[in-house]
Amino acid sequence: MINSSSDSVKKFNSINRRMFLTGSLKFFIMIGLVSRLFFLQVKENKKYLTLSDKNRIREWKLAPVRGEFHDYFGNIIAGNFEAYQLHLIPEQVEDFRYVIYRLKDLLELSDKEFKKIIKKKNESKSWETLIISDNLSWKKFSKINNHLYDLNGVKPVISISRNYPYNENFTHVLGYVSQANESDMQKNETIKKNFVPGLKVGKVGLEKSLEEKLLGSNAIERYEVNAYGRRISQLEFQKGKKGKTHRLTIDTKVQQMTNKLLKDKAGSICVMDIYSGSIIAMHSSPTFDPNLFVFGISQDDWQLIRNDPMKPLVNKTLQGKYSPGSTIKPIVALSALENGIINTDFTVKCTGKTEMYGQTYHCWKKKGHGFVSLRNAMKQSCDTYFYEIARKLGVDKLSVTARKFGLGERVFGDLFEIEKKGLVPDTKWKKNALGKGWLLGETMITGIGQGYIQTTPIQLCLMTAQIANGGHKIYPKIIVDDERKNEPADKFTPLYEDSRNIKIVQDAMFGSTNEVMGTSYRSRIKDPKYQFAGKTGTAQVKKITERDRELDLKTFEIPYQERDHALYIAFGPYKHPRYALSILIEHGGSGSVTAAPMAKKLFKLIIDQHLLRETLNNKKYLDI
Amino acid sequence: MYQHTRLNNNKFGFFQKFKNFDYILLFCILLLGFISLATMYSTDGGEVLFHTKSHFTKLIIFTLMMLIFSLINIKFWFSIGYLFYILVIALLVWTYLFGIKSSGSQRWIDLYFINLQPSELMKICIILCLAKYFHRMKLENVNSIYTILTSLIIILLPMGLVIVQPDLGTSLLISISGIAVLWFAGINHKYFIYTMLGFLISLPFIISFLKPYQKLRVLTFLNPDRDPLGAGYQIIQSKIAVGSGGIFGKGFLKGTQSYLEFLPEKHTDFIFTLFSEEFGFIGSAFLLLIYAVIIYRIIAIGASSRSYFAKIFCYSFGAAIFVYIVINMSMVLGLLPIVGSPLPIMSYGGSSMLATMLGFGVVMSARVHNQQAIA
Repeated sequence: MINSSSDSVKKFNSINRRMFLTGSLKFFIMIGLVSRLFFLQVKENKKYLTLSDKNRIREWKLAPVRGEFHDYFGNIIAGNFEAYQLHLIPEQVEDFRYVIYRLKDLLELSDKEFKKIIKKKNESKSWETLIISDNLSWKKFSKINNHLYDLNGVKPVISISRNYPYNENFTHVLGYVSQANESDMQKNETIKKNFVPGLKVGKVGLEKSLEEKLLGSNAIERYEVNAYGRRISQLEFQKGKKGKTHRLTIDTKVQQMTNKLLKDKAGSICVMDIYSGSIIAMHSSPTFDPNLFVFGISQDDWQLIRNDPMKPLVNKTLQGKYSPGSTIKPIVALSALENGIINTDFTVKCTGKTEMYGQTYHCWKKKGHGFVSLRNAMKQSCDTYFYEIARKLGVDKLSVTARKFGLGERVFGDLFEIEKKGLVPDTKWKKNALGKGWLLGETMITGIGQGYIQTTPIQLCLMTAQIANGGHKIYPKIIVDDERKNEPADKFTPLYEDSRNIKIVQDAMFGSTNEVMGTSYRSRIKDPKYQFAGKTGTAQVKKITERDRELDLKTFEIPYQERDHALYIAFGPYKHPRYALSILIEHGGSGSVTAAPMAKKLFKLIIDQHLLRETLNNKKYLDI
Repeated sequence: MYQHTRLNNNKFGFFQKFKNFDYILLFCILLLGFISLATMYSTDGGEVLFHTKSHFTKLIIFTLMMLIFSLINIKFWFSIGYLFYILVIALLVWTYLFGIKSSGSQRWIDLYFINLQPSELMKICIILCLAKYFHRMKLENVNSIYTILTSLIIILLPMGLVIVQPDLGTSLLISISGIAVLWFAGINHKYFIYTMLGFLISLPFIISFLKPYQKLRVLTFLNPDRDPLGAGYQIIQSKIAVGSGGIFGKGFLKGTQSYLEFLPEKHTDFIFTLFSEEFGFIGSAFLLLIYAVIIYRIIAIGASSRSYFAKIFCYSFGAAIFVYIVINMSMVLGLLPIVGSPLPIMSYGGSSMLATMLGFGVVMSARVHNQQAIA
């Protein structure tokens, strides 16, 4: 009994000792747990709170509202409208087949459209928004809204979309917008940053050039979501910033007139303010409706535009490189005067042709002009005279003057990606580019704007404007910038050696339009308010053979592709010049017949509109 | 006088028994039950739904059961020690043969009115059995090879039956309960140290025997960011929930992590995460305090018990409960790999609560009959 009780005491001692050890251990472990809790919940609280919010809060970006384009008078030429759209997230639809067939019925989709949607669905991820229809009529939109109860997962959305109220009138200035694609995002960080499905971005023209300013920023909706990404409640709505609205220098009335004049023709018209360089109108024909592209152009429409032989997709004003023909003559004359090669008394006898190293160079008038001075040569556009002075002048001196007046350079700098430089040839250029020496005969044909020389219509317009304003440098612009900052320092610097030379050329151009025998005499306006001075041009597209000369066909008798380009440059009103223009009609035949009469119609409108522009400016001035 | 008291103690009345209750322990258990109900209500998204209702019913039934058990003489619990063990072993075999399969494991048996998880019962049963085994043993015999082997068999048999279910977590908890008894029974220190060393050395081999999902859990524990949406998801989301709770918590029913369903297993193993998110550091520390008080009271009851059986049961049960809590919380707080281990009383699950309440019942019975000697 004693033995057993002493054993029991020993047992009790042992167990109590071990309990004490265990108890202490438990105490420290408990402290450890509490400190871990403290570490997570107090010390690292911020980190985990952020993670928790990241978990539960999801952002939805909405398409930004694009900045508008206004014309000089504030008319909207590219605006926004509310498009009714239908979105669907395949993942959230229980029975996709049912819903899609139901929609097909309700929207009266054709089989083709239906197949396109199915194809789009199969190509995209199941959680990506599928746009069933991007521009519904109000009637269909309300119909869908009435049937929403059995269209689970279908979202009617009101989206802001681009609209061009003047349709095709401004296409070659503004360009158009369309669905942003992978390469748009890669090229432009702003697009990448603001991308949402269905985002429209500029593809060409000003819409593309000014993308960063036009785009604006996304509106952001913040939602609380659960672990499966389902929206639980909206926490916040952050309004986006609308893109910058740009006011252009263009006058819609004049622009519409240029559209009317070039209807069914291929060509270009641009009108410029000779002092500010403001573009009043800039049109390339044929054109197309940019609204077609906003929601994706249909294959039929696209083929129609793409395969048009008159090439509506080419912006002829900026991209088209043409031989300037006789419209280069004012520059040739000016260059010769400036370099002291000739004076006003210098005369050449035109017999209809001249020979050089066994090659015959023809004047457009077979019988010849007889003895011609500078003024008469310009007036009647005598080729022989200009062969002669070009020969005396040399191509290098000519090219210096031509470049000074804006040929061979991009008129708008970097504003339009597509703009071409054209070509002002000289001996060095030919050596580098073709590896051959310059021939004297090439100088002669350059003197009448044929051969290597290539200009764009906008360059010709700038050249004319700079002659008209007395030979001062201007920088053409198309956007009204109120701030008037960073204007180039060399604006209005003289481009001449002697201002009298400019006057001589201006006077010769006046003669060409307003005096008997002048090439554009028939297009003159007598009223000094509208009276303008100009120079016609006819650019050959192919070499004229002896046979052609004998036949002497009328323009309409020649196949379209072989007809000459018709050109005309002009400025007015002659007394106090304010505007310059250039007209080009592809395969239009003679400049005096096709192009010059358009200038007559245009100048009437331009000068009338001038008053409105001035009142707008003055009024604005008074407002301040 | 002494004789008189003894006599009285042997046959004291019904009300006397109630007087002997440990009311602090009872209060803590009821408080814990209340907290667990509130938390369950929150997991149901602030509505009285299935889990809340079911938890409430179980809580009522098992608390009553505990009270009834505490009135039963501790001698009875001593006497059924082996029988109970054999019964649960039989249930485990039954489970192995005819158990209900669910999500890849076979842990439950269908008792028509309830689905029972015998492995949970084994956690308590093994303590009862081993406590009885060591009760009468002389101290010098405790360290004999025969004793050690017998007790190891008692532990390894249910462990094996649970591992094949497969349920590594519970089998580990069973072995820990058993080892706790061995420790308190006075088995030499060096055996524990050697076993520990042996375990550490063989760890690489054990890992090679693990099932792929178990290996993944270990790897995930070592680096949860390895696969944040897959295996690491639970532990990352759990840490986020606890960490974002802060000092005062997000408020009752306002835990975004659980409400928005980022938390997995929030009713069962991860219930502490939800509690911690909503009530913060203060609340969690308070919950730990309640558990600490419960464990303290269990140990105190053991210390005041006259019989060796009651003492060793209370100490071991206290240690076991402590280990369950620590393993569950460490897992939730990212200190241990994820093993299925419920938080006593708080977690949803009938068998676990049944086992815990059974343990409390025996402890309470030891308290009520603390002067009862067992021959």
